[in-house]
Amino acid sequence: MAAPTDFPDVVPMTGWGRTAPTLACVIRPRSYEEAAATVRSCGPRGSIARGLGRAYGDAAQNAGGVVLDMTGLDRIRSIDTTRGIVVCDAGVSLHRLMEVLLPLGWFVPVTPGTRYVTVGGAIGADIHGKNHHVSGSFSRHVTSLRLLTADGGVRSAARGTELFDATAGGMGLTGVILSATIELLPVETSLMSVDTERATDLDDLMTRLTATDHRYRYSVAWIDLLARGAATGRAVLTRGDHAAYDALPRRARRAPLAFRPGQLPAAPAYVPEGLLGRTTVGLFNELWYRKAPRRSTGRLQRLSAFFHPLDGVPHWNRVYGRSGFVQYQFVVGYGQEDALRQVVRRIARRGCPSFLAVLKRFGEGDPGWLSFPMPGWTLALDIPANLSGLGVFLDELDEVVASAGGRVYLAKDSRMRPELLAAMYPRLADFRALRAELDPRSVFRSDLSRRLGL
Amino acid sequence: MKDAFGAPQSLLVLGGTSEIGLATARRLVARRTRTVWLAGRPSPALTAAAQSLRDLGAEVHTVPFDALDTASHEERLGKLFTEGDIDMVLLAFGVLGDQTHDEDEPLAAVRVAQTNYTGAVSAGLVCAKALQSQGHGSLVVLSSVAGERARRANFIYGSSKAGLDAFAQGLGDALHGTGVHVMVVRPGFVRTKMTRGLAEAPLATTPEAVALAVELGLRRRAETVWVPGALRVVMSALRHVPRPLFRRLPL
Repeated sequence: MAAPTDFPDVVPMTGWGRTAPTLACVIRPRSYEEAAATVRSCGPRGSIARGLGRAYGDAAQNAGGVVLDMTGLDRIRSIDTTRGIVVCDAGVSLHRLMEVLLPLGWFVPVTPGTRYVTVGGAIGADIHGKNHHVSGSFSRHVTSLRLLTADGGVRSAARGTELFDATAGGMGLTGVILSATIELLPVETSLMSVDTERATDLDDLMTRLTATDHRYRYSVAWIDLLARGAATGRAVLTRGDHAAYDALPRRARRAPLAFRPGQLPAAPAYVPEGLLGRTTVGLFNELWYRKAPRRSTGRLQRLSAFFHPLDGVPHWNRVYGRSGFVQYQFVVGYGQEDALRQVVRRIARRGCPSFLAVLKRFGEGDPGWLSFPMPGWTLALDIPANLSGLGVFLDELDEVVASAGGRVYLAKDSRMRPELLAAMYPRLADFRALRAELDPRSVFRSDLSRRLGL
Repeated sequence: MKDAFGAPQSLLVLGGTSEIGLATARRLVARRTRTVWLAGRPSPALTAAAQSLRDLGAEVHTVPFDALDTASHEERLGKLFTEGDIDMVLLAFGVLGDQTHDEDEPLAAVRVAQTNYTGAVSAGLVCAKALQSQGHGSLVVLSSVAGERARRANFIYGSSKAGLDAFAQGLGDALHGTGVHVMVVRPGFVRTKMTRGLAEAPLATTPEAVALAVELGLRRRAETVWVPGALRVVMSALRHVPRPLFRRLPL
């Protein structure tokens, strides 16, 4: 059949989970003017900005429409090395920021499990990291941003304004973020001082996390969700802080701020289906749990190994095979520990082969209207999408989460029931109203916004 | 939009009173489908089918559609897509005919061929074009094992399904890489009103089993689905049986 348009770059796209591909015309603007022109002429199916494609679901896809690949807008405009403030384009990746800023003694205030996200994506999804209990989400450190709106104009939004709060976590639906001003974190070295300990079951884990989280800037627990019975929820806790210069051994003091992330060969393009079944993942989990020391303190680790272990394997998402995988991340508030226990028990009983299950505690909630974090417990896990009955099973978990007043993370969602959205995100109505006013023709839309009716 | 498991939110069934079509719609409504368009000739059966899906909580619309009236397809079906995305089109219409009668009455045979093949070519192309411009969607075509190799007992029906099957495969190849997914479903003998009174073939199945196979096929983004799955093996053997022998098999 003839190609639907004359654009050369009409390509099928998916999120990082590689499920539900749709076709879009990709345009890579090289200037703000080009971006504005693209938005003005994007046609009836609208447009959405996309960064490095690390959102797991369909947030940065736009079937039949235009996708603005923002990675061409990647200039760092200015760095204030005394106050620790950077102004940069939205297409700059956190990886690039780290490369530039670490030698100057500054670090990004919040980083998720990968460095390969853009600043625009970080604000659009209002990402969080292992330091949420101390530092909050990414956009809490953004003082202002410039937004390309539906009429093709550019607006400034300062922290604390409605437009800012709708954009932080707004999944790109208020406009295209062009640039941002970010407050940085001072560091003395590029190494982490890491404490590790094991927890024998979920309750042990929760007790340990609650009692000692406040002592660390970064804190996270890896849970073995295939362990059953008394060992249900056994976990390895990893907590750390930026290492002080004085804590470094003599050799490392020669280049205390060096940033040298290692990289392994990429995952092959074709991986047979079902490689990550219960047996393989079970074995991996057993090894991973046993490998962790019962207790170790003050171990020095590279930033990249501590924050972004998976970035070492390019295209690791391919290991799930052609049908891809879904990531399920939810949060339930403090006081709703029973809901968390119930979900963990159900996952363990069902035997979901997940080798990346991560539990952490969130601190204070963030002002973004559709921001995901709220004070409470958050659990994230990867599951192969071809697992039978998975859709129905996750729907049941959604019910538990929603009735406990919790929510599911939109940047990772690819399957949620639209009916639950309003219960999970109480400011949804405000968001919709602002969007209707700002973008009455729905110029900005994505597969996510169509699927959930955002 | 479809979710990560291929479950559509909106569905168009061409052949709105088809038992397999409705069983599939029921199954999908239990998952994510909220909007259903039932296309068929206006009749009490079509109205009742719509009501039965409404009772399950879906928003159901009926659309007048006649497979034989190919001139109207473009307008009738094209219009539906302007009212919002359709994530999945299920091409479920078809007639069995009466082989012995149709052999003596060429016009009746032509009607079978026109419904099953010509009508499907027309409706299939109209929908494929619309799906392509929305950049996503599945076109699920109900073919039949009868189309795999023509049998003495029902070669008129079988040949029409063979044409449809070849058409759908080719369309799937043409649409590869456009975001539109074409899936050919080849059920064996299905116990429905269409086959009532006929001698049951081995490996007979039900509309519900076909519906389940469709749901699983969508999840895998499959190109061909046999129902039951064992037919894939059986038919790949039968396909290679020499004709003098095949002719004499009690099929």
